[in-house]
Amino acid sequence: MSVVTKADQVATVDTIAVTIDGIEVQVPKGTLAIRAAEMIGIAIPRFCDHPLLDPVGACRQCLVEVPDMGNGRGMPKPQASCTLEVAPGMQIRTQLTSPVAAKSQKGMLEFLLINHPLDCPICDKGGECPLQNQALANGGGESRYEGVKRTFPKPVPISAQILLDRERCVLCARCTRFSEQISGDPFIALVERGALQQVGMYADHPYDSYFSGNVVQICPVGALTSAAYRFQSRPFDLVSTETTCEHCAGGCHLRSDQRHFQVKRRLAAEAPEVNEEWNCDKGRFAFVSARGEDRITRPLIREDGVLRIASWPEAIDAAVAGLAAAGSSAGVLTGGRLTLEDAYGYSKFARAVLGTNSIDFRSRPAGADEAAFLAARVAGRTVGQDVTYADLEKAGHVVLVGFEPEDESPLVFLRLRKGVRKSNLLVTAIAAFATTGTEKLNATLVATAPGGEAEALAGLELAPGNVILVGERAALAAGALAAAADLADASGARLAWVPRRAGDRGAVEAGCLPGLLPGGRPLADATARVDVASAWELESLPAAAGLEATAMLAAAATGELKALVVAGIEPSDFADAAAVRAGLEEAGFVVALENRLSEVTERADVVFPVALIEEHAGTFLNWEHRAGRVNTVIRQANAPMTDLRVLAALADGLGKPLGIRTAKQALAEIVELGTWDAPVTKAKPTRKAAAKKAAKPAKVADGEVAVKLSTWRQLIDGGRGQDGEEFMAATARDSVARVSPALAAQLGVADGDELSVNCNAGWYTLPVVITPGMAEGTVWVPTNSPGTPLGELGVVFGDDVALSVGGEE
Amino acid sequence: MTDTLTPVLSAQWGAEKSWTLDAYTATGGYEAVGTALKLTPAQVTDMVKDSGLRGRGGAGFPTGMKWSFVPKDNPNPTYLVVNADESEPGTCKDMPLLLASPHILVEGMIIASYAINCHTAFVYIRGEVLHVIRRMQQAVAQAYAAGYLGKNIKGSGYDLDIIVHAGAGAYICGEETALLDSLEGRRGQPRLRPPFPAVAGLYASPTVINNVESIASVPSIVKNGSSWFGSMGTEKSKGMTIYSLSGHVNRPGQFEAPLGITLRQLLDLSGGVRSGHQLKFWTPGGSSTPILTGEHLDVPLDYEGMAGAGSMLGTKALQVFDETTSVVRTTLRWIEFYKHESCGKCTPCREGNWWLVQLLKKFEAGEAVDGDVDKLLDICDDIGGKSFCALADGAVACVTSAVRHFRGEFEAGYKTPAWELFPYGASALFPVSEKVGAHA
Amino acid sequence: MSGHEFQSFFPDSGEVDMTDTSTSIDEATMAELRDLAGRYPQARSALLPMLHLVQSVDGRISPAGIEACADVLGISTAQVSGVATFYTMYRRRPGGKHHVGVCTTALCAVMGGDTLLEKVSAKLGIEPDETTADGTFSLERIECNAACDFAPVMMVNWEFMDNMTPAKADKLIDDLAAGKDVSSTRGAKITSWREAERVLAGFTDGRADEGPSAGEASLLGKSIADANGWAAPKPEDAK
Repeated sequence: MSVVTKADQVATVDTIAVTIDGIEVQVPKGTLAIRAAEMIGIAIPRFCDHPLLDPVGACRQCLVEVPDMGNGRGMPKPQASCTLEVAPGMQIRTQLTSPVAAKSQKGMLEFLLINHPLDCPICDKGGECPLQNQALANGGGESRYEGVKRTFPKPVPISAQILLDRERCVLCARCTRFSEQISGDPFIALVERGALQQVGMYADHPYDSYFSGNVVQICPVGALTSAAYRFQSRPFDLVSTETTCEHCAGGCHLRSDQRHFQVKRRLAAEAPEVNEEWNCDKGRFAFVSARGEDRITRPLIREDGVLRIASWPEAIDAAVAGLAAAGSSAGVLTGGRLTLEDAYGYSKFARAVLGTNSIDFRSRPAGADEAAFLAARVAGRTVGQDVTYADLEKAGHVVLVGFEPEDESPLVFLRLRKGVRKSNLLVTAIAAFATTGTEKLNATLVATAPGGEAEALAGLELAPGNVILVGERAALAAGALAAAADLADASGARLAWVPRRAGDRGAVEAGCLPGLLPGGRPLADATARVDVASAWELESLPAAAGLEATAMLAAAATGELKALVVAGIEPSDFADAAAVRAGLEEAGFVVALENRLSEVTERADVVFPVALIEEHAGTFLNWEHRAGRVNTVIRQANAPMTDLRVLAALADGLGKPLGIRTAKQALAEIVELGTWDAPVTKAKPTRKAAAKKAAKPAKVADGEVAVKLSTWRQLIDGGRGQDGEEFMAATARDSVARVSPALAAQLGVADGDELSVNCNAGWYTLPVVITPGMAEGTVWVPTNSPGTPLGELGVVFGDDVALSVGGEE
Repeated sequence: MTDTLTPVLSAQWGAEKSWTLDAYTATGGYEAVGTALKLTPAQVTDMVKDSGLRGRGGAGFPTGMKWSFVPKDNPNPTYLVVNADESEPGTCKDMPLLLASPHILVEGMIIASYAINCHTAFVYIRGEVLHVIRRMQQAVAQAYAAGYLGKNIKGSGYDLDIIVHAGAGAYICGEETALLDSLEGRRGQPRLRPPFPAVAGLYASPTVINNVESIASVPSIVKNGSSWFGSMGTEKSKGMTIYSLSGHVNRPGQFEAPLGITLRQLLDLSGGVRSGHQLKFWTPGGSSTPILTGEHLDVPLDYEGMAGAGSMLGTKALQVFDETTSVVRTTLRWIEFYKHESCGKCTPCREGNWWLVQLLKKFEAGEAVDGDVDKLLDICDDIGGKSFCALADGAVACVTSAVRHFRGEFEAGYKTPAWELFPYGASALFPVSEKVGAHA
Repeated sequence: MSGHEFQSFFPDSGEVDMTDTSTSIDEATMAELRDLAGRYPQARSALLPMLHLVQSVDGRISPAGIEACADVLGISTAQVSGVATFYTMYRRRPGGKHHVGVCTTALCAVMGGDTLLEKVSAKLGIEPDETTADGTFSLERIECNAACDFAPVMMVNWEFMDNMTPAKADKLIDDLAAGKDVSSTRGAKITSWREAERVLAGFTDGRADEGPSAGEASLLGKSIADANGWAAPKPEDAK
């Protein structure tokens, strides 16, 4: 889990010598003067400059004097150091040594302030504002301006989430350049001209971008603010902690700011290898779920069919009694929210304490050959052995299979887009239709109905160094994972699995799968079992194969399995929500470890409150296998225990101590254990069609058309982790049903008409969007949008569904 | 010794239906196309280089050299864009040229395009000149019909399309990179250089941008030879050019003469300053060129002469103002123009012109206070040379040159309104209303 | 003046008039918009002409026009709005049948342009950027229109009205209001602002042959040269 830097990967760069304020510095060719100055600690003031945006030279704040261009001649005018590439022998004088540069900068600041409202005391940015800082450090004490100030009605909501105060704006165009260059959502633009120029939008098309929060962060003044944080706090009253985002497997580094033991806002932290300086709106804004009335703060036990508050010892005793009675006839469902350390705790608890291999993190539809694929291609790797964000940029060609990056891994999307813009990256999407994300990546669509992925992959030619990215849905497409692996092996392309949830990659590594022990060790391998058993100081590990999540729930429903230990899962996330509920209800004994009341706690016998992510320390492994630190943002004496501590207490009660109770101890053990280094027998996943759970072809009634279901989760949807963030929820994409023009014609529907997606368990009715170029015989609907979670219908990606016109019959 | 006036571009402006193909070909029009297409592109470029033709749009960059900057190995197509966005205050030469002799530009474009291996060329005409656009549209249509445009021009194997494009009201689009953004359907804001248009211009492809008059001069060079062209003008400013005389003169108008003629000569030809009045100040090439006074009447109107006098030749737009004119008033009006036309991209131009207008209004109203002249100059110093493009430099030039020559008039603005010192009615060509006269 | 005086808001800035959603853009207009987009190596180059066409159809840049352009070009409505609000020829409110411009840049202003604007404004009863109630005239204070040797200058529907005086302006407005034939001094018979916009969009109206080749001032130098027998050197003399 350390960063591996191979010497041969460090390209040699041509450097040139330039002199800045009399100090000679060697910088790579092509370096901008403003960066060269940074390298020797000289900060040239700037507003429009941003290292990740194309240079623009608009604000003119960073003017420097160039007495010698390197050829003995000076430049007649001061130069914008943010657009000036240095040349060998160039002499640069900044405000520190050049009166011309100093006066230019002072004059520019005066210009920027003549129309500025100077409302710092009521501005969110006050205290962390580059304009304010500049004015204090280098500005004139008094303005010479006596004219009228340009004022506008304020503020203008440019989306439900982002507000614009135009009179504060210095027209640096960072926001519009971000939206156009980085995220590809040019729904804001500079409008008007001259002194009236301003950031604008089109009233009927708000700035609903998954990345809109970044413009608030990069605004060098208080012109852009977020509805959620506006007037919430002063920057100097906040306590900041760096941490890692819990929403997806992207692993964004965040800065989490708290005041009065409440997280007030989250910002993208700087992590050049991972999220650079960006993040998505979900990671930025969705942090209030479970922080409200429904939070669990004390243990609960069921008595006479009703949950009541219990003391910790009482609850632990109750749980221990139930689990002891079940013995090894227990299963563990961990879900996707856990840190690596917590996941490891559950894995060890299952095998070493309960004595079962029935543990599964996949609280979602899972494919038949997925576990084998994960064992062979994912588990036991370290960062650098597989594809990284940086690799994506330079891959030349990236193929997306069962993976919609903009929705399912937004920072992968941004990195792909950067590769497309800067490094001639080609992207091919094997998907049902060309999404806005595909368009922004200028990707080639191989229009593919669900189930056709393997065939589509077989038709592609790749070269060494190219990359295939498979998402979690690929496991549901018959043979797709195997086909991807074959294509990678045959072509020399690299393959990476990009799971959706933050805890998924760590769960694989921790052994939260029936057939995988920690470190990618196959349970079936006796050496591997001995390996782990000796590390855990046990005589042996259970060798009997465990059950996968769905099987566990089915077994619980029949009484075959006597107890379940459940971390954060939601029934509707599974392929069949009803089956999950039945399993939880019928199970002999259920222990739930949760943040907030849920469908699981409703059905649990004992409920333990556990710490929120901001009360946690630990690690998330992102899709690259890179470790991201989760740091404790809020330290309160009465904070609930972590999952790990609760498990340790239960283990103690069961008389089989877990041996770890803190994240630090767990991580030490994980590191000590290391990864499986036995010769990997590439147990290839089979190519045969994934054996479906009880196949249930939808009955096709008169007037209905049978089609394949394509679906994924939109980034902002009905997920419980986003609860409570209404501003962000209002920027979600519409919940629609997409069909091809031919299918629409067959059905006789037009854009906006109501279309019902039917299966045996029921139907959902959604407005139609006719989508040219879409694969035939396919309908796409979102997986988990508010009111229409597919788990309730019991259908998954690739299933057969029937379409009919209109709403309820 | 060449004649005082040398009409070449303007020679046929008075001819019957001068704008038609028939009228143009009747006097040898399009013959130069035949000549050029028999030469190699490099030979044509060399010919223009040898002639010494310099850009007539204001900057005076050698035209042939500009053509030779186009890289030969660039895989993208090369484009020629003619800048007909004539909007600089005082400048009024390209519009009469296109109105009367649009075919001379079409012919020049064919030759220039051939020289730079371009197959799609554009004329970007400011939108506010409807009839000029009509005449240009028709000329291009006639040239297609006659086989001077389109595929295989006159059997040469050379193809060229010309697109006539109307702007929509923005002075900044006369700046060549802003023009390119505008022609790409964007806000006309100047682009960062490098890359220069010759390497990455329109659609990020090699692009040559020339003024109307520059390209219109090319057929005569091809027809008559480089040395013919060079026989007119001065050592470094060769050829004939169009001078536009306007303002307080008895007979304003267009004069095509060898470079290096003086304002005194032009005034003598045209009946002098408005009868009963004397010259007070003038611009050599539009409002962006520092104003000059009577002491500069004998300075040659060429690139070097004007630079030596602390100004610039610019577009050769000679705006003449007599002694009735308040220089504070004209300066304010020009700065209002620059404020109105500033694109807004960079701080000093956007905010500086906004500020200058307010300050100059105080001077005009006699409400400036002691020290405001120095403040005015200091603001100009904070703008000049610091902006993204030259628009703000032009704005600053008209303020600083006005203060340089007429500081006392600005200082009078501490006490007395400009309209009291220079009753505005005296400057007008007809009796003005009391309101304007008193500027109440 | 002490301290800072706050200028009133710019309530109308930032976008076109979104309260007026009326439009006359139909399938024929859409076809013409697509035609314009097809005339350029890259479609977006047609945006300025397309917006001229929108004005010729809707009399202003309408929300529907912005959406139509965005749709045809595959760019965002915000991007179209950014362009539509940048250029001064694009109007936010319906223009008059005749759009009258009076130049008040320095030279024209000094020579009488200020008076012309004031008189025209008073006669029409509207301020610059307004349209008369009957929709016949809109008025604009224009910047230099490249006709300085004919100062002071007015424009009607972007046709030159050279060497204006208050009396000429008065008659011009009266004649236009009365529907009489009026011709530009260096242009065609006056049609209407919307028809002019259509020509600017790139759809010709067959009037290029109307009007003179040049005005008197344009020909001054040539006539003096002719009178003096002056000409450019002959090629053979220039060795």
